Amino acid sequence: MSLLLKQPSVLPGFGLTLGFAMFYFSVIVLIPLSGLFVKTSMLSWEQFWDIITNSRAVASYRLTFGASLVGALINGLFGSIIAWVLVRYRFPGRALVDALVDLPFALPTAVAGITLAAIYSSNGWIGRYLEPLGIKIAFTPLGVLVALTFIGLPFVVRTVQPVLQDLDKEVEEAATTLGADRWQTFRAVIVPELWPALLTGMAMAFARAVGEYGSVIFIAGNMPLKSEITPLLIMTKLEQYDYSGATALGVVMLAASFVLALIINLLQWWSTARHMNQ
Amino acid sequence: MKTLRTMLITLGALLIAAHPLVVHAEDITLLNVSYDPTRELYQEFNAAFAKHWQKEKGQTVVVKQSHGGSGKQSRAVIDGLEADVVTLALAYDIDAISEKAKLIPANWQSRLPQNSSPYTSTIVFLVRKGNPKGIKDWEDLVKPGVAIIPANPKTSGAARWAYLSAWGYALKKYDNDETKAKDFIGRFYANVPVFDTGARGATTTFIERGIGDVLVGWENEAYLALKEFGAGKFEIITPSISILAEPTVTLVDKVAKKKGTQPVAQAYLEYLYSEEGQDIAGKHFYRPRSEAALAKYANQFSKVSLFTIDEIAGGWQKAQQRHFADGGVFDEIYKPK
Repeated sequence: MSLLLKQPSVLPGFGLTLGFAMFYFSVIVLIPLSGLFVKTSMLSWEQFWDIITNSRAVASYRLTFGASLVGALINGLFGSIIAWVLVRYRFPGRALVDALVDLPFALPTAVAGITLAAIYSSNGWIGRYLEPLGIKIAFTPLGVLVALTFIGLPFVVRTVQPVLQDLDKEVEEAATTLGADRWQTFRAVIVPELWPALLTGMAMAFARAVGEYGSVIFIAGNMPLKSEITPLLIMTKLEQYDYSGATALGVVMLAASFVLALIINLLQWWSTARHMNQ
Repeated sequence: MKTLRTMLITLGALLIAAHPLVVHAEDITLLNVSYDPTRELYQEFNAAFAKHWQKEKGQTVVVKQSHGGSGKQSRAVIDGLEADVVTLALAYDIDAISEKAKLIPANWQSRLPQNSSPYTSTIVFLVRKGNPKGIKDWEDLVKPGVAIIPANPKTSGAARWAYLSAWGYALKKYDNDETKAKDFIGRFYANVPVFDTGARGATTTFIERGIGDVLVGWENEAYLALKEFGAGKFEIITPSISILAEPTVTLVDKVAKKKGTQPVAQAYLEYLYSEEGQDIAGKHFYRPRSEAALAKYANQFSKVSLFTIDEIAGGWQKAQQRHFADGGVFDEIYKPK
């Protein structure tokens, strides 16, 4: 097996670096993850199934994955626009805006959650103007979406930005000289270049949102069946010393995230391949 | 997130364990792992105990405090946080340490007087100034149009006491008819607009966010909120009957034995029952056990007839099984209809 894998390379140190990489990966990722599966295996299939198909659990998957997906899509659109503005235009305060994009990364999630809840609750800065219109954000599923959109923004901006930077203006100019109108240039020249990076950014924003706990619980309201996210259900189970029940839900989230990540990777691979062939 | 937390806690515990070596050979360090609202109480009590122990034995005792949700704290001790004593919101959380980590003998609750609970509290209502919804008793909380803020009983100790308090009221009202009591509990939780995971979070939702008409929670938290945010904005309503909440304390035998802190840790807990300890409890709005302290702080607490958890649910183990475990009475409320 090792003979088959070992292809001659001009770079020395393959064995050593691969060894280090695998060791590091095992310690940091694989061992904790296998712990998750070991703990879950203490349940029988029947118990496992009961836990993961419980109506509250199913409602929480819907909210967690649904809000994460919608949040990622919103970030895909607006994150690209922000990246576009930051790369293509020069304006006073650009560096500041650029730095501010990372804020959701840097802010402790609990701080973000409390801040969002304070702003969007019915007596908050924004919430008080939305309340008379009949829009409630804090303590509803909409609040979950707001929080998940907030934490996901930097992922899209930071992956799209470098690609936009590398995009030569000349290509667009060439398209124009060949008679393409603005929309055609955008659709046929810019979007295919951005697409893989955009997908990666949205996938990362989505993955981060699925596991988010800190910022969401403060704004979600946490009502069973309505605004309860899966990570909260896991915490609830831990709070009752139900470790295997908690890991069962963890396994579901892990499996779902893995499948979605795989699909996104395939999509990305497919779109790049198609683009290359053209 | 979780593993990082555990790591930090362990690291913290290691630092604390290593601490006496650095400071002074004769200094004794205790770690008291407690729940959220006792922070101020133990700050004062620790200073008082250190003074007492210095006078008595000539040793310097430093008591470190750790606070958080009661269940979370209990899990930290199970996962290896080296607590000499635990002072948690409910006996069930200490039972868990005894059961899962075997650090404490099963009969721990009979080792100190009054069920190992040196001070008690109860569940009361905090309402907005002038009591606009006219809340007087538990009955008023289930009326349509009243929004109440208890925390989630699945994640908060105080919220479990609140739940059991409402359950006890319903049992008394309907002559122990459990179907009617379940209906009452269902209507009670139907009036909850926001579920916080802890008692402090619920207080924030009620006070800072302005959500809800009634905060249902610890008596001592309600008085603290009144002190912090001004008596002009809120009022405390004491219902006709409520539960006798007994926060419990115990020595963590195995840890104390290993660290050699057993005698001083035991003395620390016993000192909670002394006149000074009782006086400090009363000062921080916990109901003291001793007659003298009770008399001194009598006019700070409203008269309320109290029932115990044994009377209405047959103790914590049974209450947990019946009401809060998965598929229990509480879960039934949130079954999709």
